[in-house]
Amino acid sequence: MSAMSMAQALNSAMDVMLARDPDVLIFGEDVGFFGGVFRITDGLQQRYGETRVFDAPIAESGQIAVAIGMGAYGLRPVVECQFADYIYPAFDQLVSEAARLRYRSAGEFNAPITVRTPYGGGIFGGQTHSQSPEGLFTHVCGLKIVIPSNPYDAKGLLISAIEDDDPVLFFEPKRLYAGPFDGHYEKPAETWAKHPLGEVPADYYAIPLGKAAVAREGEALTILAYGTMVHVALAAMNETGVDAEILDLRTLAPVDIEAITASVEKTGRCLIVHEATRTGGFGAELSALVQERCFHHLEAPILRVTGWDTPYPREFEWEYFPGPHRVAAAIATIMAG
Amino acid sequence: MKRDSSLRLHIPEARFRPGDMPNFSYLQLPNAGEAERPPIDAVASSTRGLAYGLVRVLDDDGAARGPWDPKLAPEVLVKGLRAMMLTRAFDERMFRAQRQGKTPFYMKSTGEEAVGVAQGLALERDDMCFTSYRQQGLLVARDWPIFDMMCQVYANKLDRTKGRQLPVMYSAREAGFFSLSGNLATQFPQAVGWAMASAYKRDTRIAAAWIGEGASAEGDFHQALVFASVYRAPVILNLVNNQWAISSSQGVAGGEETTFASRAVGFGFPGVRVDGNDFLAVHAVTRWAAERARGNHGPTLIELFTYRAAPHSTSDDPSRYRPGDEFQHWPLGDPIARLKAHLIRIGEWDEERHAALGAEIEAQADADNRRAQALGVHGGGPHHDAATMFEDVYKEMPWNLREQQAELARVLASAGRSRP
Repeated sequence: MSAMSMAQALNSAMDVMLARDPDVLIFGEDVGFFGGVFRITDGLQQRYGETRVFDAPIAESGQIAVAIGMGAYGLRPVVECQFADYIYPAFDQLVSEAARLRYRSAGEFNAPITVRTPYGGGIFGGQTHSQSPEGLFTHVCGLKIVIPSNPYDAKGLLISAIEDDDPVLFFEPKRLYAGPFDGHYEKPAETWAKHPLGEVPADYYAIPLGKAAVAREGEALTILAYGTMVHVALAAMNETGVDAEILDLRTLAPVDIEAITASVEKTGRCLIVHEATRTGGFGAELSALVQERCFHHLEAPILRVTGWDTPYPREFEWEYFPGPHRVAAAIATIMAG
Repeated sequence: MKRDSSLRLHIPEARFRPGDMPNFSYLQLPNAGEAERPPIDAVASSTRGLAYGLVRVLDDDGAARGPWDPKLAPEVLVKGLRAMMLTRAFDERMFRAQRQGKTPFYMKSTGEEAVGVAQGLALERDDMCFTSYRQQGLLVARDWPIFDMMCQVYANKLDRTKGRQLPVMYSAREAGFFSLSGNLATQFPQAVGWAMASAYKRDTRIAAAWIGEGASAEGDFHQALVFASVYRAPVILNLVNNQWAISSSQGVAGGEETTFASRAVGFGFPGVRVDGNDFLAVHAVTRWAAERARGNHGPTLIELFTYRAAPHSTSDDPSRYRPGDEFQHWPLGDPIARLKAHLIRIGEWDEERHAALGAEIEAQADADNRRAQALGVHGGGPHHDAATMFEDVYKEMPWNLREQQAELARVLASAGRSRP
């Protein structure tokens, strides 16, 4: 075990998989010699060679299409899409191709590809470097959607994603690369060094997809969150003093329905937090699932705290970001209900 | 007098529409045998003429001319003739089956059979082919049973795509035939990825892809060319220019200003324009491109210059948008008639054998069709259990699909029948 940032843990996951499986290869914009704009593939080309870790043309659709062809051949390509905001040109290849190949060929071909992409705000990226587009993809059957919230999970989940025989979209909360972030932007930035989940084994380990983690056990209220918002929810809970149970979903598709229902049936209250825009977001699906399955256990209406239904505005970063004050207010509302 | 300095918007328009007399004399058609055949390791810049010319081998008298003559053994020519005729007989029966309501949709390849068949024979059987929807001849050339294809068209009990796919969207991994997508152009860059993987693994197999001239306007086409060029992928990129994208002329895809083969010039690899109805020329150019790919000389773009004699699909009526007899005026003829004339000219074929082969093929197609229809046709099913629709979305069925599968079973049970 050693202390790793999320960036280092992700790097370690790919390092482990490149060493274990000659069919794993990595490509994307700037991922080769330079090691990626966020340094996630740092040193991998030097260690494994140019044919295993290399730069790709700035053409996301082509990158994903090429990965699908490689997957159909039998490789396990890992593509870095430099920002989640850049993934839209590849939408057709992800939705109509990667997600449908196994189905339409009745199992003759599949696309065991992993698409890693940094998402979310907190770095003043404005509307084209801050988005959280996971909800566009959770609507697509055939894709798996994974979002880690800490270095330990990031490594184990990325290894599982690479080993998975279905296409996995792996959204990395870029504000968490260097350290945990609870939304208190006015405080000095922290690193993962002192965080228990910053302790990461150097070797192989896998965390199964489709399983949520209990980030904090509690009795009064269930908070469903993922990525950066897990840390925001923890901060908000501490500030309100409410004994909340915080579920870190980790995988959005397939979502861990048993963990969700067990927790809400126990607490009788549910708050959903995500950074993505609200309307039609993944929180809407979570809310519907909880209502359908736990209605008779609910003691208050389900609430959502999310990004506003606007593009991400650069100079209003913290007015947009669903920070601990908004989450705490929602906790208070639900507890009063 | 004041000069009109206002801007004008150019809209490409087909040369001939219903009521017009087609006249293709404007096409600059070189004679058979005129095109040079560069060595496979020629630098791309020295091959530019091929992108703007037209490789032709068969002349109007059925003789093979020039350096591109592939000098194929007569058995290969007869095999090609047979596969083209079988493809046409298969197409005719499936088209008729759609008119009879036995399948919702069909797409014929009439007039373009040399594309799938000659190219299928020029490649190795384990080269992976990422086709569009009009290369059924490739499966036929690889001796894939038309019976199996009919079962897919009918979505019957033996449909390998289990009633999920549009008719003609075959998948045949054993025949090196990649699962067809209904989304145009997506297969083009995927083929490049497959080829890159083959090179990465130091394999010997190459990939080939097909696209129509209409779909070559899609970004996927251009991204395929970028990636193929950047990584020198062992891939053959085939663009079938059959003049028509449903009702839009090839001009709407950019064919007025230049040839489609010339797209390769800007990417730095050879583009070759070939008479797509000339079995020998198509075979020779494909073999040349395959040797380039296998020799690590990189990709080739082939424009197969042909004419879509059939409607786009069973869903359109070409007499609404083009002269009904336009194909009769097409100067490059019919690939089956031209190969037949060549075989006769070289003394390897005659009218009697041709008639006998035709009769044999008709009988085979009829027998296969009867056998396939006996296993069920569209609307007479479903032929696979409806519960199977939840399979293969993922390798392992997640909880939501298991629940929905059970929900459908309850609906069917309460309705007391196999369909709700």
